[in-house]
Amino acid sequence: MASGVKPRVKVPKKASADDVITIKTLISHKMESGQRKDGDGNVIPRSIINRFVADFNGENVIDVTLEPAISTNPYFQFDATVPETGEFHFTWYDDDGDVYETKKKITVS
Amino acid sequence: MELSRRKLLALGASSIALMGLGTSVAFASKADEAIAKFTGGAAAGEGTLELTAPEIAENGNTVPIEVNAPGAVSVTVLADGNPVPNVATFNFGKLNASRSASTRIRLSKTQNVIAVAKMEDGSFQMAKANVKVTIGGCGG
Repeated sequence: MASGVKPRVKVPKKASADDVITIKTLISHKMESGQRKDGDGNVIPRSIINRFVADFNGENVIDVTLEPAISTNPYFQFDATVPETGEFHFTWYDDDGDVYETKKKITVS
Repeated sequence: MELSRRKLLALGASSIALMGLGTSVAFASKADEAIAKFTGGAAAGEGTLELTAPEIAENGNTVPIEVNAPGAVSVTVLADGNPVPNVATFNFGKLNASRSASTRIRLSKTQNVIAVAKMEDGSFQMAKANVKVTIGGCGG
């Protein structure tokens, strides 16, 4: 599924140095588990996002391995420490080889 | 040999009990296998690892869960009653101070959700939560 995939990320625009901020991410994806059957009894092949990575200025924040038991439209919430002004880089890896990316800037004062 | 009613009943009951035992052992071993793969066979004790999950989930398609594991390097989440027990593995980086994350998972039926954390010193911790599921989420 390469169509209609839209990543959405919520990161505060400003923070103080070494603040712990909360990040929320959601990507629209049907996450076909490979367990379901269609009307004729054939198994619908698995098609999921299998990995999600969040980096800040090249430093890793979180790296998640996803299995078919993750719900449709995978949602993640986690904390991050921001030592300086920079950019968050979010990457999702699809089973079909597609990579979805989004970036968010944050100003640290 | 003539089967009396009493013998027949006893036979039926024991075979049902055997069947029940067989399925539960099979499920437990699947999840245990996944845990052993993650820990490399090391025993997992209790500790600071917290797993937050609802007691009752009306819809098994989206069950919100949260792991809170101070001092953990990575946390894997398993569901022992799903066709595939593995749910997700969180690897925390340097900038993730609180070592916590939340997501939404699928549960096919009422079961235990298990979190296993690998700590910075190489030890393992485990936390369990039982979730009652009203409508299963694996679409079988």
